[in-house]
Amino acid sequence: MEITLELIVFIILAIFICVNAILAATTKRILRAATYLLFVLFGTAGIYFQLNYSFLGAVQLLIYAGGITVLYVFSILLTSSEGDKAPELKGYKFVAGLIATVLSLGVCLWVMLRHDFLPQHFEHGELNVRTIGHALMSVDKYGYVLPFEVISVLLLACIVGGIMIARKR
Amino acid sequence: MIKMEYYLVVSTILMFVGFYGFVTRRNLLAMLISVELILNSVDINFVVFNRFLFPEQLEGFFFTLFAIGVSAAETAVAIAIIINIYRNIRNIEVKNLREMKW
Repeated sequence: MEITLELIVFIILAIFICVNAILAATTKRILRAATYLLFVLFGTAGIYFQLNYSFLGAVQLLIYAGGITVLYVFSILLTSSEGDKAPELKGYKFVAGLIATVLSLGVCLWVMLRHDFLPQHFEHGELNVRTIGHALMSVDKYGYVLPFEVISVLLLACIVGGIMIARKR
Repeated sequence: MIKMEYYLVVSTILMFVGFYGFVTRRNLLAMLISVELILNSVDINFVVFNRFLFPEQLEGFFFTLFAIGVSAAETAVAIAIIINIYRNIRNIEVKNLREMKW
């Protein structure tokens, strides 16, 4: 297998994502966990860009990295005092969680790597934004106007629900 | 050439790291961050399957697009609930959370 630039970029992205995810799941300070989550989201956006879905990568950067992470940081600052650390995990709980994780990871990887996926590579080519817009607004067979409308109602309900739950009584 | 399995390996690792965090964390916000990791891994899977197996259709693409929107809504409501819990019991540790109604 020859080493191409594409492969090098992918390996860097993969290592970046995995290391930051492990740090986000294990670090003691929760604000740092949010920061590592932000890095994982950046890496995921990088994978989308590499798969030639630039629109999806931009959406990921805007909504996840720009919106949700800010929400996390604000709520962490609201709910935790300074120098707050997660308590030390008890030994048997740590071991039980680790064993369950490694076992299920091994089973999933084994099943997946035994399967032979047919296409070995994908055709490069940028997805046209015009295509996305037409599919999003079309009522035909592969049109997505119904989920588009439903998610707008969902977001409205989420705004109202968030205010209702979090307001002072 | 990058094989399809490589992407799937990355997303599997991401998924089980999130699982580990969800099982071992004792803070509600940290558990939510782990759920976010799991959601991300599933998004990567959808996009990779779409790109490699059905490049002329857009199902996985739109599923990921809507999943990102739904996860934004989910995070907003979850954080509202967590702040409400904090207002009532002054911390957000799972072990102090015994009742659902005050």
